[in-house]
Amino acid sequence: MRHVLSALVQNQPGVLSHISGMLASRGFNIDSLAVGETEDPNLSRMTFVVRGDDAVLEQVRKQLDKIITVVKVQDISSEDYVERDLMLIKVKAAAAQRVEITLLVEMFRGRIVDIGLESMMIEMSGREDKIEAFIDLMRPYGILELARSGRIALVRGTRIAGASK
Amino acid sequence: MALTPPQITTPLSGSQILVQCLLNHGVDIVFAYPGGASMPIHQALTRVSDRLRTILPRHEQGGGFGASGYARSTGKVGVCLATSGPGATNFVTCLADSKMDSTPIIAITGQVGTPVIGTDAFQETPIIEVCRAITKHHYLVTRTEDIVRVMKEAFHVASTGRPGPIIIDVPKDVQMRQITVSDWDPPMNLPGYHPDKRATRQQLEQVLELIRQSQKPIIYAGGGIISANAATHLRQFAEKTGIPVALTLHGLGGFPAEHFLCLHMLGMHGTIYANYAINEADLLLALGVRFDDRVTGKVSEFAKHGKIVHIDIDASELNKNKVAVLPIHGDVGHALQDLNRLLDAEPVRESPRGGRFADWIRQIEYWRETEPLRYADRDDAILPQYAIQRLWQILRDRGQLDDTIITTGVGQHQMWAAQYFRFNKPRTWITSGGLGTMGFGLPAAMGAQAANPLKTVIDIDGDGSFLMNIQELACCFTEKLPVKVLLLNNQHLGMVVQWEDRFFEGNRGHTYLGAGFGEEPYPDFVALARGFRCGSRRIVRKEDVDGALEEMLDSKGPFVLDVMVPYQEHVLPMIPSGLTVRDMIKA
Repeated sequence: MRHVLSALVQNQPGVLSHISGMLASRGFNIDSLAVGETEDPNLSRMTFVVRGDDAVLEQVRKQLDKIITVVKVQDISSEDYVERDLMLIKVKAAAAQRVEITLLVEMFRGRIVDIGLESMMIEMSGREDKIEAFIDLMRPYGILELARSGRIALVRGTRIAGASK
Repeated sequence: MALTPPQITTPLSGSQILVQCLLNHGVDIVFAYPGGASMPIHQALTRVSDRLRTILPRHEQGGGFGASGYARSTGKVGVCLATSGPGATNFVTCLADSKMDSTPIIAITGQVGTPVIGTDAFQETPIIEVCRAITKHHYLVTRTEDIVRVMKEAFHVASTGRPGPIIIDVPKDVQMRQITVSDWDPPMNLPGYHPDKRATRQQLEQVLELIRQSQKPIIYAGGGIISANAATHLRQFAEKTGIPVALTLHGLGGFPAEHFLCLHMLGMHGTIYANYAINEADLLLALGVRFDDRVTGKVSEFAKHGKIVHIDIDASELNKNKVAVLPIHGDVGHALQDLNRLLDAEPVRESPRGGRFADWIRQIEYWRETEPLRYADRDDAILPQYAIQRLWQILRDRGQLDDTIITTGVGQHQMWAAQYFRFNKPRTWITSGGLGTMGFGLPAAMGAQAANPLKTVIDIDGDGSFLMNIQELACCFTEKLPVKVLLLNNQHLGMVVQWEDRFFEGNRGHTYLGAGFGEEPYPDFVALARGFRCGSRRIVRKEDVDGALEEMLDSKGPFVLDVMVPYQEHVLPMIPSGLTVRDMIKA
């Protein structure tokens, strides 16, 4: 089972290292981890994608909760939520391929952010499966470099926080 | 916590502020080994020596375990101090030990100045990076202004919820800078820390309902009973319900050993009757425990006939190793008090022995009588079990039992102490359970003695463990801490030898500690003790045991009683690692 967990953490040096260290040392399988400041500069939001059954998920949540600097943990995937991943991808593109690639980018609602003589850089955001599908389409052209932000997510509507802590 | 603001208008150095915080939080002893990056704190400590005793261990690890012994024997937060780099890394084992055993200690380390942090400066170690996973919380203090708040938070976090160790790393320039403190009781910044959890009435009524439905209930109680100061409540609960009590290694003393409902220790080296009772029980009341593998053996087979109620202050322990039908997140002391109140309103059973669990108690009595804890005594040698039994009996005869604190190292002697020394009171038994740290016994005894000057503190130790922190005899002597060491000396790493005998055809893999066949016992612990100016005596004959124990107990200063014991003895019974009660080795 795939779960998206969202944790509000105190914005202090070492928090990311503490949390990723805990997850690694307890052997939890994390697909993705993204972190960034929130509207409150004292708090950061971390978004995890965790694979495992309900027992694993329960342990991950509790172990996160146990870390003193973790303020709140929420299992977003149990609610109605929006999930995004941001990617920058650089592909080989001689003049002959540019139009073709540009069409694909438009169909995926991405943006071309840089064009060189032999390559293009594309910005793409969306759900994981969309990003993956686009990567597959780019493979035949030749992917030069790729960077992804990891999943971030928020619950829909005005409710700001679920259970826990 | 008494927060008495000192000279508010005078600027103070970070070190003076830190030491004042220790005083404000009621600290009366620190275990501190100085060095370049912690000297300013030591300078500040010399100014308050009339109110705050600084004990100089002879190794930082000794100081860390001294703080553990202090904390475990008093329930207060133990404090230790070391310099940066190697001083700080010598605390690593102490912090890991305290994390595993939920001991509230605060380790303060000096750090190189903030301008050179990260440059591989002399004696620089990123100790906070090292210690994250082995502490409950950690601080690198980068501003002198933060010291008061950090200290307040540290004492709060260490001592509340599930207790645990805190490390506070203080760079030297932060110690030296002078500021005027305007607020000695600043607000804490712990938005994610909510340790006050209490079982609801509804949950506790469910517990009572499960007891009513049960025919064969058992209490499995652990270190949480001690941490929560809940021994009295546990006793009342057991007596009100008539439910027998099995204890973990850390639960010993949480319920009186001489009580008829006490089944003593369960698990790998627990009593046969405790393990049978757990295996047969239809209801397991797990109180302040964590279903450690040394208790459960093969976890899927553990208590498989019983419904599990698990009450613990640490939510992450619930359903971690074993799924409970009723997991309750809350303080076990409060839960027991509330249960006792509910029971007063409607008693579960009529009388202690003739109550609703009479058949169950009779069954347990049968197991207890037919298969008690026992060993085949010898007259031609001193068996370690015998020496411990005699120590207990003599202390009891002298009326000193309740004023005696026992510490241990790790290994066979530790298990025999758990089996044959009967603890009736909490905080009289201090051992390294979770981490299993050899060398724990002497420094822990030193800390317990410092905190309890009027009590008898005895380190029951093995020759391997004792040698690991033997330097603390110097601290015991110079600080006038009259710790006694009952050294069960078998010239081997006994527990590993036992496993070699049982699982490796007796092939010795570097488990012999002596000087060779036909040689005198090595090292000469009597001479070593004398070198530290401590009392000492070696005995090899059984008839000398009582006299030597009396001599040790009567001695005024620290004393090492070197008891030569055969290495062939095994700790029994034994459920081999990962197996079940059916695989128990009884002889």
